[in-house]
Amino acid sequence: MSVKQHAEAAQEFIRDEARTDWHDETLWFVRHKRDKAVNTLPEWEILRDWASRIKNHTLSNLDHYLRSFEEKAASNGIIIHWASDAEDHNRIVHKIIADNKIERIVKSKSMLTEECHLNEYLQNKGIQILDTDLGEYIVQLRKESPSHIVLPAIHLKRQDVSETFHEHLNTEKGNYDPQYLAGSARHHLRERFIESDLAITGVNFAIAESGSFVVCTNEGNADMGVHSAGIHIACMGIEKLIPKTEHLGIFLRLLARSATGQPITTYSSHFHKPRPGQQMHVVIVDNGRSRQLGRADFRNSLKCIRCAACFNTCPVYRRSGGHSYHSTVAGPIGSILNPNLDMKANSDLPFASTLCGSCSNVCPVKIDIHDQLWKWRQVIVANGYVDKGKKAGMQGMAWVLSNPQIYRLSGKIGRWIMRTFPFMLNNSLNVWYKQREMPRAPEKSFRDWFKENK
Amino acid sequence: MKVGLFIPCYIDQFYPDVAIATYQLLKKLGCEVSYPMNQTCCGQPMANSGFSDLTKGCDVNFVKNFRDFDYIVAPSGSCVLHIKEHLKEGGSPAEIESIRHNVYELSEFLIDILKISGLQASFPHKVGMHVSCHGQRGLHLSSMSELVAPAFSKSEQLLRMVDGLELLKPVRVDECCGFGGTFCVFEEAVSVKMGKDRIKEHLVNDVEFICGGDTSCLMHMEGILKRQGLGVKTIHLAEILNSAL
Amino acid sequence: MSARETILKAVAMNKPELNDLPDIDLSLTIQYPDLIQQFTGMVEAAGGKAYYENSRQDLLNDIAEVKAEGKFMINLLEDSNDNEWANLKASELEALDTCYLQAELGVAENGAMWISEKQMANRLMPFICQHLVIVLNPGDLVNNMHEAYRQIDATANGFGVFIAGPSKTADIEQNLVIGAHGARSLRVYLIDSVDS
Repeated sequence: MSVKQHAEAAQEFIRDEARTDWHDETLWFVRHKRDKAVNTLPEWEILRDWASRIKNHTLSNLDHYLRSFEEKAASNGIIIHWASDAEDHNRIVHKIIADNKIERIVKSKSMLTEECHLNEYLQNKGIQILDTDLGEYIVQLRKESPSHIVLPAIHLKRQDVSETFHEHLNTEKGNYDPQYLAGSARHHLRERFIESDLAITGVNFAIAESGSFVVCTNEGNADMGVHSAGIHIACMGIEKLIPKTEHLGIFLRLLARSATGQPITTYSSHFHKPRPGQQMHVVIVDNGRSRQLGRADFRNSLKCIRCAACFNTCPVYRRSGGHSYHSTVAGPIGSILNPNLDMKANSDLPFASTLCGSCSNVCPVKIDIHDQLWKWRQVIVANGYVDKGKKAGMQGMAWVLSNPQIYRLSGKIGRWIMRTFPFMLNNSLNVWYKQREMPRAPEKSFRDWFKENK
Repeated sequence: MKVGLFIPCYIDQFYPDVAIATYQLLKKLGCEVSYPMNQTCCGQPMANSGFSDLTKGCDVNFVKNFRDFDYIVAPSGSCVLHIKEHLKEGGSPAEIESIRHNVYELSEFLIDILKISGLQASFPHKVGMHVSCHGQRGLHLSSMSELVAPAFSKSEQLLRMVDGLELLKPVRVDECCGFGGTFCVFEEAVSVKMGKDRIKEHLVNDVEFICGGDTSCLMHMEGILKRQGLGVKTIHLAEILNSAL
Repeated sequence: MSARETILKAVAMNKPELNDLPDIDLSLTIQYPDLIQQFTGMVEAAGGKAYYENSRQDLLNDIAEVKAEGKFMINLLEDSNDNEWANLKASELEALDTCYLQAELGVAENGAMWISEKQMANRLMPFICQHLVIVLNPGDLVNNMHEAYRQIDATANGFGVFIAGPSKTADIEQNLVIGAHGARSLRVYLIDSVDS
């Protein structure tokens, strides 16, 4: 199965224009809520600066902080595992499940486990995981993937959810009330929480000095799972570390405001030690992150705290939908992270942007996202992952524009053709012309005018 | 004050009126303006497409044309930003540095260097403001809706000096129009949709003109406006500031 | 080489030169003229209900009402029988209607309250109950999260949580629904001291 490139998938998405408008408006609403929230704090830009510098510092001393976290967590009774890649991660999780003969597993939102395709891996071994975040639960029932890292089902309308729930949960057909639908999910999932043996969560922040970690949710699903089950597995990328507990003050102030416009998530749970009789595992995953750390131009993408503010503000994301990015992490941040994982497969993503720069401005940890998009374009072209026709066109253009006489002659001929034989350009081969008129071609260029009028 | 007029290639070829307005405006404001006759393009179309290694010829040509000025002024935030950020060949490091430092977008030149406080311009029309991203977020020509910072806008400051002009802003004050250089053809569907959405917000305000500081954005929106048979016109900031001066 | 060594070696090799930590000057962070007003406003904005003026009496009425309805309630304010509660399983707590507990600290900027394992007796307690009632001493209010972390000891217990409002979701078309998987409602009583 070939994966559609962003431009093609986006074109399909936009075909339903009313739905595209709805998607755009819904996400713009989230951006608007974010704006309102951040403007209540006069120190917002200072917080961003602190957060950015703490993350830069952490990345520059990451091996030390990883060791410190491991040591402290282990002394608190947490079992630490290390995974070089997705396969490693999945194998480790599976082994814990198999060793403990576990059958009932609940999982709260973890984009890392999505990145590693844990669900499919375990499914192939006959193990079913239940996603408990409402958005993830919905997309799991529909056998889809999340289209947004914070709002996984943002591509779906209430009618879609209603149909899915009617089919799987036997809810009332045609009842589109979000309160009713969410209530039905609550009712169904409650039983699954209570009987679960093992709960998997992600990690928002891991604290090097204490070996603790923090998980943030609004729904309370992570806590319902882990405090019910006998085993807790928390999966984290190596970049989730921060040096000190007090730094949480900065990051928790930034995270929810950036993500949803809330001043803080409903639950910010701090895990320090397992409760008596409970097993607590942390799987620390690399999966390409240490390679990204070595790319000077791109390493600071590892500062990301997965708030998705860049998704919500991105005019391209809002009008193309998360699935058009054919990756776990979509949006602008995905477009600078994914080429590191597979440059060829994701060579289209850095081009899925106008480089407008809004992403960099909303980023709570000041990742220069749009500059990195530009830089990835250079790397991708240098590595040859570019269409031959495009390359030839660019070479031709560069030649013309490097030679003033040829530039002037080409311009003159071009304008003459546009005026004299408009059909040569105004046709279906001209992509510009599909939905836009060509500019009027004047007889004289500015230079021509200048020679006569200066 | 020797000012070199830098006219982006597509303005030279398709929108000479914008260049003429810029030239006349600077002259009337007392600048000694020259137009280097062998200029072509800043190289941005290649660089933004990932081919920055093909921009050497443009760099060399740009430096050759513009090395001798106190200021280089262009009616385009985007092309100015490219020179500021990416010009690297064609002269000594000091020369390159000096060009990168002395290149100005028109509105910032008028406000920050000429420090003009009044204009004898008149444009009695309802005008919608389009904020172009590279000028705004790259050159900081205006405040940005994402940041917690005091509001300002150099182009609005200038437009407020124009008699009779009624300035109207879209709800999303600084959303991108979707031009994006070669994005406009390689991501045609998204590009056009973004342009249509920008225009829609201006139509709600019942504007006669959509004004901007970058002709590339205006060309994109003009193409859509014309195709849809809408009467709203696009106009460059320089053309308004130069009107009836 | 183990995954651990491979990762640590790659990180050590690829990390940039050391960047310093910033100096955090907390005098630059927000202070509110009226902590109680700001805090109660944020509790309500998060979907909770805050009581201040007649809160002592209101709390007594609250408890009496729930008692009268004959619902399963646990009042950790007066009866923190740690061992008994600590060992209850999810299936036993599932029917819990209302839980009363004391928070250690409240944060004005966002309405969040810090509750450590000690105060909740059982880690499930504040999540699994249908209705959560939190009592907070107004003297334990701080301006913002920075001050909160200065005051609490997040590692004093095995688990602790900041709770702001009842559980909620907006996963269906960004429509806010109160009552996702955790408590369906939150009532906060600001009371100087429960005993007096």
